[in-house]
Amino acid sequence: MAAHLSYGRVNLNILREAARKELREFLDKCAGSKAIVWDEYLTGPFGLIAQYSLLKEHEVEKMFTLKPGRLPAADVKNIIFFVRPKLELMDIIADNVASEDKLRTPRDFHVLFVPRRSLLCEQRLKEKGVLGSLINVDEYILDLIPYDGDLLSMESESAFRECYLENDQTSLYHTAKGLMTLQALYGTIPQIFGKGECARHVANMMLRMKREFAGCQTQILPVFDTLLLLDRNVDLLTPLATQLTYEGLIDEIYSINNGYVKLPPEKFAQKKQGEGEKDLPTEPKKLQLNSAEELYAEIRDKNFNAVGAALSKKAKIISAAFEERHNAKTVGEIKQFVSQLPHMQAARTSLANHTSVAELIKDITTSDAFFDNLTVEQEFMTGVDTDKANTYIEDCIARKDPLIKILRLVCMQSVCNNGLKQKVLDFYKREILQTYGFQHILTLNNLEKAGLLKLQTATRNNYPTIRKTLKLWMEDANEQVASHQFYVLQKAEYVPVCRPTSTGQQGENRITLVFFLGGVTYAEIAALRFLSQMEDGGTEYVIATTKLINGTSFIKSLMERLEVPP
Amino acid sequence: MSCRSYASYYHYYLRPVAMLSELGPDSRSHDGCVFFSHRKIELYEMGWNLKEGLRNCQIAAAPYGGPIALLKEPQRSSPSARPQLEIYTSSGSPMASFMWKSGVVKQLGWTISDDLLCVQEDGTVLVYDLFGSFKRHFSMGNELVQSHVLEAKIFHSPYGTGIAVLSGAYRFILATNIEDIKLRRLPEVPGLQGVPSCWTVLSQDRQTKVLLATGADLYILDNTACTPVSPSGFSPQATNIIQVAGSFSYKYLALFTDSGHVWMGSANLKEKLCEVDTKMRTPPTQMAWCWRPKSQQPSVVIMWEKYLLVVGPCKDTIQYNLDNESVLVPELDSVRIISGTHHELLQEVPVVSEEIFKIASMAPGALLLEAHKEYEKESQKADEYLREIKEQDGLGEAVKQCVEAAGYEHEPETQKMLLRAASFGKCFLSNFRPEQFVSTCRDLRVLNAVRDYTVGIPLTLQQYKQMTVQVLIDRLVYRKLYPLAIEICRYLKIPEYQGVSRVLKHWACCKVQQKEEADEVIARMVSLKLGETAGISYSDIAARAYECGRTELAIKLLEFEPRSGEQVPLLLKMKRSQLALSKAIESGDTDLVYTVVTYLKNEMNRGDFFMTLRNQPIALSLYRQFCKHQEQDTLKDLYNQDDDHQELGNFYVRASYQEGRLDTRMSCLQNAMDEYNKAKNEFNAKATEEEMRLLRFQRRLEEEKGERMVGCSLQDTLHCLLIVGLHKQAEQLYKDFRVPDKRYWWLKLNALAEKEDWEEMEKFSKTKKSPIGYLPFVDVCIKHHNKYEARKYVSKVTPEQKVKAHIAVGDLEGAAEVAIERRNEGEISLVLSHCTATTDRTIVDRLNRTRATAGKK
Repeated sequence: MAAHLSYGRVNLNILREAARKELREFLDKCAGSKAIVWDEYLTGPFGLIAQYSLLKEHEVEKMFTLKPGRLPAADVKNIIFFVRPKLELMDIIADNVASEDKLRTPRDFHVLFVPRRSLLCEQRLKEKGVLGSLINVDEYILDLIPYDGDLLSMESESAFRECYLENDQTSLYHTAKGLMTLQALYGTIPQIFGKGECARHVANMMLRMKREFAGCQTQILPVFDTLLLLDRNVDLLTPLATQLTYEGLIDEIYSINNGYVKLPPEKFAQKKQGEGEKDLPTEPKKLQLNSAEELYAEIRDKNFNAVGAALSKKAKIISAAFEERHNAKTVGEIKQFVSQLPHMQAARTSLANHTSVAELIKDITTSDAFFDNLTVEQEFMTGVDTDKANTYIEDCIARKDPLIKILRLVCMQSVCNNGLKQKVLDFYKREILQTYGFQHILTLNNLEKAGLLKLQTATRNNYPTIRKTLKLWMEDANEQVASHQFYVLQKAEYVPVCRPTSTGQQGENRITLVFFLGGVTYAEIAALRFLSQMEDGGTEYVIATTKLINGTSFIKSLMERLEVPP
Repeated sequence: MSCRSYASYYHYYLRPVAMLSELGPDSRSHDGCVFFSHRKIELYEMGWNLKEGLRNCQIAAAPYGGPIALLKEPQRSSPSARPQLEIYTSSGSPMASFMWKSGVVKQLGWTISDDLLCVQEDGTVLVYDLFGSFKRHFSMGNELVQSHVLEAKIFHSPYGTGIAVLSGAYRFILATNIEDIKLRRLPEVPGLQGVPSCWTVLSQDRQTKVLLATGADLYILDNTACTPVSPSGFSPQATNIIQVAGSFSYKYLALFTDSGHVWMGSANLKEKLCEVDTKMRTPPTQMAWCWRPKSQQPSVVIMWEKYLLVVGPCKDTIQYNLDNESVLVPELDSVRIISGTHHELLQEVPVVSEEIFKIASMAPGALLLEAHKEYEKESQKADEYLREIKEQDGLGEAVKQCVEAAGYEHEPETQKMLLRAASFGKCFLSNFRPEQFVSTCRDLRVLNAVRDYTVGIPLTLQQYKQMTVQVLIDRLVYRKLYPLAIEICRYLKIPEYQGVSRVLKHWACCKVQQKEEADEVIARMVSLKLGETAGISYSDIAARAYECGRTELAIKLLEFEPRSGEQVPLLLKMKRSQLALSKAIESGDTDLVYTVVTYLKNEMNRGDFFMTLRNQPIALSLYRQFCKHQEQDTLKDLYNQDDDHQELGNFYVRASYQEGRLDTRMSCLQNAMDEYNKAKNEFNAKATEEEMRLLRFQRRLEEEKGERMVGCSLQDTLHCLLIVGLHKQAEQLYKDFRVPDKRYWWLKLNALAEKEDWEEMEKFSKTKKSPIGYLPFVDVCIKHHNKYEARKYVSKVTPEQKVKAHIAVGDLEGAAEVAIERRNEGEISLVLSHCTATTDRTIVDRLNRTRATAGKK
């Protein structure tokens, strides 16, 4: 089920297997039939570790979503709560346990904290008087979850906000712990580089933990040569910009969650002969996206403009392959053809799916709105009139376009201009408050605190200088080759950092683990994959992050949700 | 070939004094089984000086070469006289000695972790360590205070060390694991009116049972029932069973009857191994199994006062005379015999030893040993022997035999002789796997070290393997033999955290209890010795120091602990909460920080608590997060304390949204505004002020016109007003709040289109020059499907946008005209992209022509 994890140079399936083993061990600790009560947020990430079949093998018969009140009836011996260590969830558990029917046969309650148990939460359970009724209170250490052959994520959605806004370094502690787990499986990473305060903090914690675990390390030959820790706030620009790779656009438009995307079903309707148009599917089409799908692996990181060509090339190859059947004369040849059939059919389905997805995306990318938006983004990045209020943004506000879109653009302008002049900043803020409501004043405060929105303090804007000296912008980038224009922005800054020595064995690529603290976008991943593939690069990259983000989810995580009272 | 004799090496194969059954010259017994031989090896000449030997004392020796405890009865029999408790190593070196001041001891015994158990008559069990320090006590049941313990046995099972007692009411009470006492009263034995003639504890099928004999009857007592049993094939002439002995692993059982017969068989009594007539009618003092696992020759050692008998299924018996009163200590693979002067090991001769050392043996190992001996003498006979082995193709076997035999030897010289021979033989072999040789050498070095007189742990190789190195190291640590333990760890290359670190930790825990030394001295010594040794838990050591009442020392030691997380609980326990907080922060574990913060909150008064947090920004921000969700008022207090007006402003804004009543909302916002002013955040103050103004306006409107708008944004309010036609009010708001013209125009345009008030829209378009141009008018009309209205505005659109406008209203011709007029390549393409080749032929042609001419220029 997880073949895609073992495709890369580093077999991330080992990590998954370790996680599965631990899960099985816990389940077996609670002997007898069980029902799992899920903290809903965990189901997605857990799906990447274990399917229902594994749970079923270990006598999990029912699954519920955690909510207050009485638990649904289930004739099981054990009730297990799978929860994040959050106080509000403890209150729900307490409620569940307390309202258990005393007359029925008693059920054993267990709590499994993911990714780590918390004394604070246990204290809360104790205060609520239910800690005593829990048979097992355990932790399931799930920090880094393998998403693909070269991609790990902790899927901690509030990591950026906690680190950079609230000065809460919990997620960094989990990061350090997660990296220690990784090192236990893949050897101690000999070199650590980093950029930013959080990176320093994580590195320090890792060194400390290494000392704590001293003596217990297994002597595994290190798989990773280097660890590069990067603070998200070192580059706030990239996540704000619209991603233009195929995968990036899917995420921007439909948002990819835990490796799956839900798409409008119309384009996927299978028109069979004799069937009318009337029964169109109404359920969204769910597609799994990872490198196990050959075609997807090929096109995911391409600039969207190059996807069409790639798809038609693939179409030709596939139909040619099907045509082969006419050439198959001997029994042996036919047999060989038949043996390849399943693979070819899978390829054809995959092609059909992605052609539909590409059509869906194309409808959007060819719209004026998309084009105008992109033009403004590019103007900002090339430094055109960034110190004035932008008319496009003004118009968007006047039209009351979605607030997140506005915030993305305003923040982008601020970052590109190294802050906005007081007049411009106040203008935008006032416009936003008047149009979208006063409640967003706190969101604006947050953006300012996170540095996404700021007052220009320096007399000069130094972004153009940086852009020019580091060649962050490539004019006329050949879209067909360079997977994403902004990859330059990423690498110009960091590549020198991660190429200091070459202790790796000759003739073999070095492997660098790049950890983005606070989130990474698919476009950035694409850029690193592009670097991995460069023949003279000599380095392969595995990417890890606290959360897979895009501009929308990034801004959303920083917003303050205040409901207007009735 | 010359005849070889190994008498010198064979000397400890003590010949039996007499054979009870006559053996044939081929040294085979009449029923065909191999002659069975035992050897008795002297382990130590005891270092103790016991005037009366083992007479008049209770003795308990722990298995696996463990310590020996003696409880000597007082010399004088005056009521004030007290017995003396003494503890010795297996070699008789004294470890502890003290006057016994507690009650009457019925039984002594050792636990698996070398603790001494003293079972008293009143059912109390006292636990002492190796050095005679009292550790704890527990009771085997209150009823024993009255009824008394008649007999007690201490036994070992996979569950740990257990105790079984027989009460004065002839009931058995059992505790299977003294570390986790669960007393079990076994069922009554019907008709039992006195002490059973003999009994023992058996551990079978995960159950602990008692087997007892009264007269000729045997019973098995388990948790639920008392079952009479009879051994399979038990001779009818047997009358009273007077001794019983279970084997080390509880698999076998031996019964001795007053007719002198020994029945040997499986512990479930269903299989009989043999029955031997010892011809001894006097009751033996002790009986024990002496059987090396996997050997084919089970045997039982029976002891009388001056006399020792080894019996087995071959019906051969070996007899030894004893000089002194002795005690048998059953082991896994042998029996140790301790007397007042000597400590001996009785074991079955291992097959390989016999093959090598037997006179005139032709076994490959024997030949190899001889070859090596000749080689050392520089005699060419060495070659002859080697050839002989090679002819049998037995060199590999020979080396293996020598190595194996070396493992069974206690005398280092003999070990060396055998190993040298093996090493010599190895030279003539290719592809010989060295593991067995290397590991045997290593194990023997360790064994010789612990067998040494000064250490006194006489383990056999088999026992050592069974108990594992880890346990051996533990035992050395219990004996405070730290240097030796460390040497062994280093020699065996045991990973630090399992080996050296563990030993050092024990050393340090012991060190901190030495009250005569100053805190600084001990802390320095500990840190010097332990340094950064991997896996050392300084917090455990500190905890021990704290237990001994040395808080200062504990704090000093904690400083060395690399795991900050480990420091915190102890620091809290010692009430060093400030320090605990900094350590928690250092660990990066936010949960731990929360724990300390919660603790501090309960311990301190509010002012001190806030002050403490103020000095710890990380803790403060975490606590704020906590308060944000759990205790809003505290949050306010925190901000107040820090004069953080910006955050206070935010706090009030947030609060205003939690209020249903408009008045309270307004007062929250008023507070927010004040705070923002104090924070010199002009923008926020002004924005808040505007919001209040808006709310007031909305309320008024609601009261006057009945339009519900409270809480809407300015934009939505305006939109609402325009939709319901309150243009005057909208105009007023627009002016009051200085809404930018552009936005207002957009807003009004959209509202009018939504209302489809085209007349008003046209009027509006003429009020003044549109700040947003006229293309939006076209677009909005089209969006509301009114092409007719849309066309009205096309002419007003700026030239740059005119093409778009024409296209929007579907006037391709007009669009083409403008594009051609403007000779704009982009616009031409745009129009073309909207044309269909069939219907718009003429336009397409015109456009293409223009493009062509433009291209030429």
